[in-house]
Amino acid sequence: MATIDIEQLEKTYPGADTATIKGADLSIQDKEFIVLVGPSGCGKSTLLRMIAGLEEITAGSLLIDGERMNELSPKDRDIAMVFQNYALYPHMTVFDNMAFGLKLRKTPKDEIKEKVEHAAKILDISHLLNRRPKDMSGGQRQRVAIGRSIVRDPKVFLFDEPLSNLDAKLRVQMRAEIKKLHRTLDATIVYVTHDQIEAMTMGDRIVVLKDGIVQQFDSPMNLFNNPQNKFVAGFIGSPSMNFLPGIISVDKEVNFISEDLKFAVPQDLKPSLKPLDGKEVVFGFRPEYIYDKAVEKNKRLSEDMEIVIDSLEPIGSETFVYFHYKGNPKYTFCFRSDSRHQYTIGETVTIGVDIDRLRFFDGKTEKRIM
Amino acid sequence: MKELKLQKIGFIIILAVATLIYIGPFLFSISISFNADKNVFEWPIKLFPETFTLDNYKNVWNELPFGKWLFNSVLVTTIQTVTNVFFSALAGFAFARLEFKGRKLIFGLLLSSLMIPGIILLVPKFIILNEFRLINSYAGLIIPGLVGVTNIFLMKQFFETIPKDLEQAALIDGCSYFRIFWQVFLPISKPALAAVAIYTFQGSWNEFLWPVIVTYTENMYTLPLGMASLRTELMTDWPLLMAGTILISLPTLAIFIIFQRYFVQGVASSGLKG
Repeated sequence: MATIDIEQLEKTYPGADTATIKGADLSIQDKEFIVLVGPSGCGKSTLLRMIAGLEEITAGSLLIDGERMNELSPKDRDIAMVFQNYALYPHMTVFDNMAFGLKLRKTPKDEIKEKVEHAAKILDISHLLNRRPKDMSGGQRQRVAIGRSIVRDPKVFLFDEPLSNLDAKLRVQMRAEIKKLHRTLDATIVYVTHDQIEAMTMGDRIVVLKDGIVQQFDSPMNLFNNPQNKFVAGFIGSPSMNFLPGIISVDKEVNFISEDLKFAVPQDLKPSLKPLDGKEVVFGFRPEYIYDKAVEKNKRLSEDMEIVIDSLEPIGSETFVYFHYKGNPKYTFCFRSDSRHQYTIGETVTIGVDIDRLRFFDGKTEKRIM
Repeated sequence: MKELKLQKIGFIIILAVATLIYIGPFLFSISISFNADKNVFEWPIKLFPETFTLDNYKNVWNELPFGKWLFNSVLVTTIQTVTNVFFSALAGFAFARLEFKGRKLIFGLLLSSLMIPGIILLVPKFIILNEFRLINSYAGLIIPGLVGVTNIFLMKQFFETIPKDLEQAALIDGCSYFRIFWQVFLPISKPALAAVAIYTFQGSWNEFLWPVIVTYTENMYTLPLGMASLRTELMTDWPLLMAGTILISLPTLAIFIIFQRYFVQGVASSGLKG
């Protein structure tokens, strides 16, 4: 298997004003499962296709196992790719689909048979080998597409939103299977998705992209707990982080002051917030760390905040409670509540935010201050 | 409900009349081809022969160089059908899938040639072939029809509907572009290829104008031209002519019946959908 080093990679399409990928720097370790995630049009698929050799690299360099790949064609990069639409050859049987790449590489027939049967066994599609793609379900087709990449035993596996066309249940099942496959194959995998839950559950490390720029390359938990900027904080987590613009006022104590909310920030944060006196900041707090003060007594919570409930989204074990600060319906926020607590729309509740989980972002650069 | 039924009957009557208008002359030709009486157009015209005979069909083979004309027609049609299928697929693939400078310009030029009426091109084509000393030869009959712009357009439209992922999967599997064309695109383009083959076969088999211009000896005639030569100012053996015509139309008829659905698919895929 292999390492992938991406150094100052750029992609500008002919005739385009701005670059689609801007100075990407990534160092992917051997056997790592890396997920590229970001909103539509952020360049994640372009970056994957640059690794595959399906898009030309405008600047920078791509190294697989230390060897420069920029000028090599896709077939010479020793990679395999699984596409969103499966991209199976409709006129070939499952066996032929899986064997096609090996045949082109002049692999002996016995070896082809052995490899295809082995891959089919891993993916539990041995009984489908004589079928054609049109006679199979979406999930089965996706397995064949994965099988086609396994038989080649490539250095790197690339997955381009492979689960997007599957229904929710099958997606969860395939997610687990791909993870299992990763452990079985001990492979380096680069996986593209727009679904942050998929990214969080599958990746060893995640690359968050926005407008062609790598925002953060980190482990799932670090992205969640220590986002480097407001975008990452908002993108990772569901429901996403609540944001409220305001200013920091440092006096005897440090206060966060917004239009209709003022609360004292714990004294132990004073040193890091002191330089920001009078500056615009964005206060970020996750729905997971907001508590009903009538229920939660043990946590170190912020001062009382009176809120009015706008709507409720029960999802079973939990309920997403959407609210605004009393007297200001301009901003809507969300917190997660145990579904045992019954709230009603229009009800006024006193909440507090876990002081240890407060996040502040620079109002202009949107970088995390603390 | 009653209104719907009446509407349905109305449609059936219109369709029946339209069908009769189209199929009537053909049925009358069949009737004439079995008629022993040579004066078939004498008043009152008889729709069914008084004396039924198969002699006209025998005479087509015995009295005319029908075998030679059949050979010429088969040769020209086979070569043109094969080359049209191959070259239009190849060109269609290039226009649909390959990135090269001037692609749009070349395709635009090709398409614009469709706007020039075929009649206008007859003289320049004749002059060019005359310069190459190809008049009254198989090459002269065949070469101008080796590939058609309409077929290229049809194949390009079809190839554009094939997902790009398939081409890229093949590239990663290790295919060259020609292999992608040959092993991936061609096998899944059977409906479009069949449509091109059928259209070309039909056009080439029934072609009359070009053989008239480019050939002048009887041994180079194709079937439509040979049949037409039976018509003279003084006398036309209508039953013989009709027997020959019916024989000529049999292959196209058979092909149409067998591959009817491909005609429809071909027309659909050449449509201007995005």
